Amino acid sequence: MELQFLGIGILTWILFLPIAGLIIILLIPGDKLKAIRITATAITGIQVILAAVIFRHFDRAIEGINSIEGFQFVEKYRWITVEAVPWFGRIEINYFLGIDGLSVLMVILTALIGFIGAISSWTIKKQVKGYFALYMLLVTGMMGVFVALDFFLFFIFWEVMLLPMYFLIGIWGGPRREYAAIKFFLYTFVGGILMMLVMLALYFSVAVPDPETGEMYHTFNILHMMNPAYYVEGSILAGVDTTWRYVAWMALFINFAIKIPLFPFHTWLPDAHVEAPTPISVILAGVLLKLGTYGLLRISFPIFPDATMYFMIFMAVLGMISIIYGAFCALAQDDFKKLIAYSSISHMGIVVIGIAALNTQGMVGGVLQMFNHGIITAVLFLMVGVVYDRTGKRGLYDFGGLANQMPKYTGIAMIGLFAALGLPGLNGFVSELFSFLGAFEAYRWIAIVSVFGIIITAGYILWTLQRVFLGNTPEHLTSLKDLTTREMVCFVPLIILIILLGVYPAPAIELMNTSLSYLTQIVTVPAY
Amino acid sequence: MEQSMLHLSLLILFIPLAGFLILVFFGKKLPRQGDWLGTSLIGITLLMALYMLISKISSMSTETLTYSASWVILRNSSFGATSIDLGFMIDNLTVVMLVVVMLVSFLVHLFSIGYMKGDARYSRYFAYLGLFTFSMTGIVLTHNLLMMYIFWELVGVSSYLLIGFWYEKKSATNAASKAFIVNRIGDAGMFIGIMILFIHFSTFTFEPIFSGLAAGDLPFQSTAWLTAAGILIFCGAVGKSAQFPLHVWLPDAMEGPTPVSALIHAATMVAAGVYLIARMFPMLTAEALIVIAYIGAITALIAATIALTQYDIKKVLAYSTISQLGFMVMALGLGAFAAGFMHLVTHAAFKAGLFLGAGSVIFAMHNALHKKNDHHTDAQDIRNMGGLKSRMPVTYWTFLIFTLAIAGVPLTSGFLSKDEILAGTLAFSSLNGHYLLPIIAFTVAGMTAFYMFRLFILTFHGNHADESRISGLMESPLTMTIPLLILAGLSTFVFYSFNPLGASGGWFFSAIERPASMIPEALQPASAEIFNQAVKALHTPALILSVLIAGAGIFGAVWVYEWKKSSADVISQNFGALYKGAFNKWYFDEMYQYVFVGGTFILTKILRWFDEKIIDGIVNGAATLSERFSVMNRWFDENIIDGLVNFTAWFMGILGFVLRRLQTGKIQHYLAFVVLGVLVFYFIFV
Amino acid sequence: MENELIQWLSQPGLTHYLMIGALLFCIGITLVLTRRNVIMILMGIELILNSVNLNFIAFSRFSVITLDGHLTALFLIILAAAEAAVALAIVLNIYNRFKTIDIDEISLLKG
Repeated sequence: MELQFLGIGILTWILFLPIAGLIIILLIPGDKLKAIRITATAITGIQVILAAVIFRHFDRAIEGINSIEGFQFVEKYRWITVEAVPWFGRIEINYFLGIDGLSVLMVILTALIGFIGAISSWTIKKQVKGYFALYMLLVTGMMGVFVALDFFLFFIFWEVMLLPMYFLIGIWGGPRREYAAIKFFLYTFVGGILMMLVMLALYFSVAVPDPETGEMYHTFNILHMMNPAYYVEGSILAGVDTTWRYVAWMALFINFAIKIPLFPFHTWLPDAHVEAPTPISVILAGVLLKLGTYGLLRISFPIFPDATMYFMIFMAVLGMISIIYGAFCALAQDDFKKLIAYSSISHMGIVVIGIAALNTQGMVGGVLQMFNHGIITAVLFLMVGVVYDRTGKRGLYDFGGLANQMPKYTGIAMIGLFAALGLPGLNGFVSELFSFLGAFEAYRWIAIVSVFGIIITAGYILWTLQRVFLGNTPEHLTSLKDLTTREMVCFVPLIILIILLGVYPAPAIELMNTSLSYLTQIVTVPAY
Repeated sequence: MEQSMLHLSLLILFIPLAGFLILVFFGKKLPRQGDWLGTSLIGITLLMALYMLISKISSMSTETLTYSASWVILRNSSFGATSIDLGFMIDNLTVVMLVVVMLVSFLVHLFSIGYMKGDARYSRYFAYLGLFTFSMTGIVLTHNLLMMYIFWELVGVSSYLLIGFWYEKKSATNAASKAFIVNRIGDAGMFIGIMILFIHFSTFTFEPIFSGLAAGDLPFQSTAWLTAAGILIFCGAVGKSAQFPLHVWLPDAMEGPTPVSALIHAATMVAAGVYLIARMFPMLTAEALIVIAYIGAITALIAATIALTQYDIKKVLAYSTISQLGFMVMALGLGAFAAGFMHLVTHAAFKAGLFLGAGSVIFAMHNALHKKNDHHTDAQDIRNMGGLKSRMPVTYWTFLIFTLAIAGVPLTSGFLSKDEILAGTLAFSSLNGHYLLPIIAFTVAGMTAFYMFRLFILTFHGNHADESRISGLMESPLTMTIPLLILAGLSTFVFYSFNPLGASGGWFFSAIERPASMIPEALQPASAEIFNQAVKALHTPALILSVLIAGAGIFGAVWVYEWKKSSADVISQNFGALYKGAFNKWYFDEMYQYVFVGGTFILTKILRWFDEKIIDGIVNGAATLSERFSVMNRWFDENIIDGLVNFTAWFMGILGFVLRRLQTGKIQHYLAFVVLGVLVFYFIFV
Repeated sequence: MENELIQWLSQPGLTHYLMIGALLFCIGITLVLTRRNVIMILMGIELILNSVNLNFIAFSRFSVITLDGHLTALFLIILAAAEAAVALAIVLNIYNRFKTIDIDEISLLKG
């Protein structure tokens, strides 16, 4: 599937548009706030349109995962080639982009959340130019991870994303922003280093013949890494079920678990969420966390199917602990954002038990949960942002009786909260259902214990509703205004998606079904 | 016929939803805030449901119509595609239940027009009623477990919204949250049960699951898992139908508006649990059914004892609801399928009537007290009532009929169904030897008669304690009394069976048959034929016994409260601890509060501490450790490494200080050096 | 002895020219090293250059017949002229700046 504008592939467009936006923003004088904001919004808006085009033209029947023929909108060019380096051979790094059923939903999510985040960033008052410039860079970084098929490229985007995030939290954040930003950066960076080591190990283990000369050369191509035939005899990661393969899997897992975040690597998340400005929280919870589970599915699972099978229960147990533990911790919070942060941990646990089930319904549930959770937490963080902008507070006990004061806001917040609670008819339910169905087939007791997490979830969500929205409106809140048009513009598309995917999830499931069942197959029925 | 049934059921399902959407978005702009819209839409669906009932029942068949549509198709590379279907299943059970739901919903809509008049969120109230009706219809119509679960949760939400309708009151929001969470506990069990079935059969639809079971294909090839699945799905019913030990939410749910209590917490939603058991009946093993029967019996007993002692008119009715639901659940557990289901229907009519009657009383009391500017007297406490008979004649007479029906006096609908259940318990014990069940059942029947007449007499008879307080009391308006009259009519026997002393010959029993058990023979309960024979044999003794017991209960109540032959206070003192226990609802709330809620909170505190201090402590500890190490490093760097560097620089400085003397700035000196240098080189090298 | 000297003087050869050249060079060096007036130093430099010229021509005259030496001398004369021009310009500038051409007064580079 090829789709080009002006001779440039659509993925390059969607990937580098924000970089173009970054340049434009840098050229606009810093005091023209409106121009900067409109540019950023327009650029992310175009991304959403491109994502819609991708959704429209995406072929649902192609498998993807481990063959280049299976990928769509592929762009592959030599990027860095160094010939005949001593003891190193030929270095070849490709500019290799493509999407399959696994990544298409994530690309759409990134475009959408990027757009919503840009609109909600209009409330940022401090150093607007710098903010939007970094924001654009962040969007490119995230998009890049989802479309890159060359490990080196993947790694670059992975790290590119870190930097703007660090500054966005560290400069535009709350009172403890520096602590939070550094914590976030170090946590993720440690993971990044582990991933880099594995990347190099894989690089030296995999060699493919040049199609023209027949010369063997090392490669960063992720697809080649999935093929056991390409592993050099005697290299560190060759073979099946070797200690080194387990170690490599574990190193990758720690990296991804930090991003997800999975118990016990999760403590950066509450701090980062609490301190980050609203749109950045939205991006963080909406897209960034998905990179972890996406990485597991794109890299760990197909490259190390043996180790994945070996560690499957381990992963599921961590997922289960995250579900229960996150829910309990959420119940104990009195800061609105912290509560949502812990609920994210709990909900991402559901993704993990879904994908660790290694069956089609679990995988579909897990990836759908990634998408749904992205939308739901975006709504929840925007929701906190609304009252935070108006009152400067976000303690759960600082509010009450908003249902009378802000009826539109309450209606939207209720839909968001109930979707997080997993109410049928809203999208959270569908993905939780499939994740649990998958998990239950693979390991009954873990799934049964996890189900009790949903009771606790109901507990903290209803309690939040009660504390913030119900009851009498206290004196100091009686001047609050209901949602503005701009805020409605942020909320409405997300709410529509929540309801649409809750009532009829088939379009989203069709997108990924083929790829995910194929992925399940290549992990559980290995090629060797 | 089939097509028209499908179209009708689709309309019945979606018309209330449309009403909900219209009222939520435009309710305030409509004339009269749209109450007529919600009411008339439900009226239309009621007519449709009645048409379906009549055409289905008159065809005298017990056939099942099903309609399916694919919701999601899950393609799997290894074993093909699994289609997850949504759809309807229309049999006699469905149409009867549909009419019950629509009828009560319609009457409650009508009643609410008077009752909720002037409320700040009047249109929102009708919107929520529409949402509830939609969700309840979904439960009734579904042909699969997934939709059952979906609508199960949706009725939970509508119940949440309606219990917490007056959300300014803390007690209302507490009750709403409690109801939802307690229900969620049951739902979690139900969800696991559904998962067991889906994972094994790859479908949620009843029919293939049952036929799979009939073919001997048990979940995970184990009878234990089959029983477990049955009991777990029953957990959903335990939550929704307020069975022991999850019954605690229902009395609190009375915080909602009274018509809502009539609709949701008496007639329809709480009966959904019973409906679920009826739907799942073919897959329940004998063991699971015994568990169900005992849970029902225990619930009936506990709730009846509590109802004896309460003073809040709605609380008494709430506990009597729990008790009657226990009766239904017990009946289904015994295998008295039609009797249990019939009790659901008759109970829906008279209990809705009781609640609406209570609503009428509370409404009148409230208005009367309001006129006197009395805001302290509790309008729901029966000790503040009495002597309302003459002031509210319609309410009085209809309430009497409902009370007679629930007490099980012949000629009422309640007698028919209760009598069949009691006969069922006798039959069951004669077959299986569970003698505890009939004893509990008859005791509860007597208690029911007693506490209902206690309520009735204290409310309407006698003299009012303070006549001036209720001097302005008036009968409720027509929109409120008409529903009462209709329900009172429906509480007589004629609508269910032309024989006032036995239901077994009526249309109901011929239309509703116990479905055949689909599980291996060894696991089945006693077959319907054997059971029905035993019931027939024991029907007359059960009839006599039940009339006697009801009479005794009524007589006791009249003796104590009407004739005041013995003092209620003295009796309660004689019972001492038992009375205190029942009055305090056997301390379930306190225990749950202490053990579960308190336990959860302590656990959350501990986990939060663990998260912040231990896990984050490790993270921060690692950070501090690296920081300390870096301080050491810094010292080393500054003093040793940099010291070497600085020493070099210092040395060079000294050297330069010496050598600078050569730099005189005089060009001739330099030239002299050059010449000297040349000479030196000359002498050295030449 | 006397005869030898007269004879040596009467038969001029390479050595004579070199002697003269060395003498000129020494005078030039002495001038450069001892005079304090910049102009005088420049004249010393001219003397050094001319002594070199003399050597070139002498070597050219008394070795294999080529014109290399002559050519180099010619170049040197031109170079000397250029050098003198530049140097005089520098001197003028120095005078403008320091109001003196005494080389001892100009010691900005003293360490």
